[in-house]
Amino acid sequence: MNLRRDVFQAIADPTRRAILLLLASQSLTAGAIAANFDTARPTVSKHLQILTECELLTQEQSGREIYYHLNPGKIKEIADFIEPFRNMWDDRFNKLESIMKQYKPKQ
Amino acid sequence: MERKTKVNAEAGKQEIVITREFELPLELLFKAYVEPEIVEQWMGTKVLKLESKKHGSWQFETTDPKGNKHGFNGVIHEFVPNQKITRTFEMEKTPFPVQLEFLEFEQLSADSSKLTMHIVYKSVADRDQMLKLPFGQGINMAHNRLQDVVSKSKYHGKEQ
Repeated sequence: MNLRRDVFQAIADPTRRAILLLLASQSLTAGAIAANFDTARPTVSKHLQILTECELLTQEQSGREIYYHLNPGKIKEIADFIEPFRNMWDDRFNKLESIMKQYKPKQ
Repeated sequence: MERKTKVNAEAGKQEIVITREFELPLELLFKAYVEPEIVEQWMGTKVLKLESKKHGSWQFETTDPKGNKHGFNGVIHEFVPNQKITRTFEMEKTPFPVQLEFLEFEQLSADSSKLTMHIVYKSVADRDQMLKLPFGQGINMAHNRLQDVVSKSKYHGKEQ
């Protein structure tokens, strides 16, 4: 469960969310990612390291460059994480709806 | 089953918004939040107290499959029939801080209505913990079932 908590901590940071958005459309090197932010390069590297540790990003060596990719499987896992919570409320509301459809005012 | 209930939980925010459209007239939807015996049915809880008015308070109690009782309570800050309920929600004997809930009821047509439930938590971390509860419970239940099966076959009555 530690890894999961890390994923949520990872996406709680606005810069890291911006990095994920940036990489949604293309794979980029650390330098190209850093060029999109005013933040110091080492700070961006730290963010990339955290995102990679949480498996939200994967690295790929291409010649002398390392490219960062989004890991769609892990992103989906975050979305799925909320599913049980949504299901809990959906079940309750379905019940509410069926009960009230049969509701007869008291005489 | 069509997915009618939507949960909007933006990353990094300490709030969530749950929306749901019902095939029910607004008055019936609202009644389901006011009549204690109806609340008991769809929330699966015992209603110890439900004072649906400003400055009123509420108290629910659920019993889990193991027979443990869990208390929930809060106070009602706003109560406008067929429009809104503003209330707090607290899980007793847990480290979770109290949360603030804004419930808005809207009429969509003569026989359809919409509920918007806006929940504000003390912190982003608290919100994420709460969101994870049902997920964790699902995992625990699967784990317990597995343990049951294992203990019945392998350890056969020696230990739980």
